[in-house]
Amino acid sequence: MTLLLIALKSARFRRTSIVLTVLAIAISATLLLGVDKIRKESRASFFNTVAGTDLIVGARSSPTNLLLYSVFRIGNATNNVSWETYESIAEQDEVAWTIPIALGDSHRGFRVMGTSTDYFEFYRYGNKQQLSLDAGERFEGAYDAVLGADVARDLGYKVGNEIVISHGLTSADFADHDDKPFTVVGIFDRTGTPVDRTVHVGLAGIEAIHVDFRDGSRSGVPLDAEQALQFDLTPTSITAFMVGLENRAQTFQVQREINEFRAEPMTAILPGATLSEFWRTIAPVEQVLFVISGFVLFAGLLGMLTTILSTLNERRREIAVLRAVGARGRHVVMLIVLETLLVVTAGCALGVGMLYALLSLARPTVARRFGVDLALTWLDSTQLGILGSVIGAAVVVALIPGFIAYRRSIQDGLALKV
Amino acid sequence: MIQHGSEVVGLERVRFRWPGQTTDTVSIDELHLAAGEHLFVRGSSGSGKTTLLNLLCGIHTPTSGTVRLLGTDLAGLKASGRDRFRADHVGVVFQQFNLLPYLSTLENVTLSCSFSGRKKQRATEGADLKETARRLLSDLNLDPELHGAPVSKLSVGQQQRVAVARALIGGPEILIADEPTSALDADNRDRFMDLLFRETKARGCTLIFVSHDPQLAERFEHTIGLDPVPAGSRSAS
Repeated sequence: MTLLLIALKSARFRRTSIVLTVLAIAISATLLLGVDKIRKESRASFFNTVAGTDLIVGARSSPTNLLLYSVFRIGNATNNVSWETYESIAEQDEVAWTIPIALGDSHRGFRVMGTSTDYFEFYRYGNKQQLSLDAGERFEGAYDAVLGADVARDLGYKVGNEIVISHGLTSADFADHDDKPFTVVGIFDRTGTPVDRTVHVGLAGIEAIHVDFRDGSRSGVPLDAEQALQFDLTPTSITAFMVGLENRAQTFQVQREINEFRAEPMTAILPGATLSEFWRTIAPVEQVLFVISGFVLFAGLLGMLTTILSTLNERRREIAVLRAVGARGRHVVMLIVLETLLVVTAGCALGVGMLYALLSLARPTVARRFGVDLALTWLDSTQLGILGSVIGAAVVVALIPGFIAYRRSIQDGLALKV
Repeated sequence: MIQHGSEVVGLERVRFRWPGQTTDTVSIDELHLAAGEHLFVRGSSGSGKTTLLNLLCGIHTPTSGTVRLLGTDLAGLKASGRDRFRADHVGVVFQQFNLLPYLSTLENVTLSCSFSGRKKQRATEGADLKETARRLLSDLNLDPELHGAPVSKLSVGQQQRVAVARALIGGPEILIADEPTSALDADNRDRFMDLLFRETKARGCTLIFVSHDPQLAERFEHTIGLDPVPAGSRSAS
């Protein structure tokens, strides 16, 4: 019979306390792995929001602010970029494509974004994926709208529904553009990015609903939808635009040119760099989470140590018997370490199981509420490293009761009186 | 001096004193046992018999003097070497609670072979390990039905016989028994002693038997007393 088998049978004999210890370790492992998983997935989802765009350009503001409103639809632009400026940059030789962005309106809590059909061509997210339509087609007419997946699902819209866009970002009756309803012509596939929560319309549509607006309120002469189309619907300004370059090596040069543009003060940002910068400002939160889970693990290991130490007394007889049949000092230490190894390995395995169970339970909710997809991927090297260090730490901790048991077995000798 | 040839156990001027104590816990000038001899060690609790057993098993080493088993001076071995020596050449039976509760009767018997290649080799000559253990248990009058049973199903007397089987498997030269009958009634005790003598004699195994019960001493060819006596010689009578 091997020592491992003896350790197994001995542990099975004391299963109540062993099972509780396994559970404590499992919870620590789940927490540690879960924090790591959420951190990675939210980071990935954050960095996946925009891809393949070399520059984002808006009126002069802080890079973070520009990034937040243009990509994440959070906050507002302080100023607009004139259409002439946009066109002059879009026409430059270095520029391969542009996507104009006009923000400022909303539909039942979801932002409305005016853009061109280039959006369907050139916008990339995640692993440079193009946007794809789940239903319907791209917008063409001025009153066509294409919905993000969340908008359609949350509001129960289908292709063919009519929607009314509100002026501004809060829904207030007097500012509804209810005289010019939009028709849903398409719905995007889910992307896990803010696109899911956006109503997309053509720039002409944005212009059309505002022809009878002056300075943010309705002018005296209302015009119906058909009449509005008679006007020149080329916008006078847009909120921001995305730029793809012919040659990425020119990114910094074009960025500088835009930042130094004479006619109009503008800010051009590199999305990746600004995303990283912004992520750094929220990084301490994830570190705090890690520290907390570290403490939970510490408490779990401490609990395990306490359990082992408290069982040593009732195991004196067992160890004396093993010593009598010839178990050496290292066998006694190994017996304790092996048991710990079994407990911690079982705890980690259970913890992984619990993690996947929790992830698959939480996945739909998290995806809906936070736009973060908790994909059930196999453990990566960091997570295996975490598990490895948990097991390693436990073995080191187990050496303490191991040596105590050994020393006590020498004091007790063979003729133990209990 | 001693004839080392047939000597199995040899103690010379053995003193053992716990640190901080002023008197010796064990003080034996001479003790020699040949193969197959039976020694009765009489001692009440506190007489140092526990310490003597630990010295004979190599758990402790004497403060001075020599403990020699099968011609090997135990003091010359490291702690792990003494453990290995015990695993290979010594069988031990305690007062009670000899068996590991999480192993079956049979597993308890074969446990000795887990820590000794020599015992395992000798126990598997001509038969497999389980077969040898079963034969041994049957020799000790343990019903075959109980061989696979959990030890909690056994009576105290049965448990003690299983303990003897475990101590004898693999043919150790020395069997050390520490009050193995103290938990048995008179009938069981006598049957147990008969079996113990029959099996040790059949195997030529040297028996060191510790008890406070002087009645048992009659069966043994050698007796020593450990009860406190004025410092002086104690030797096998």
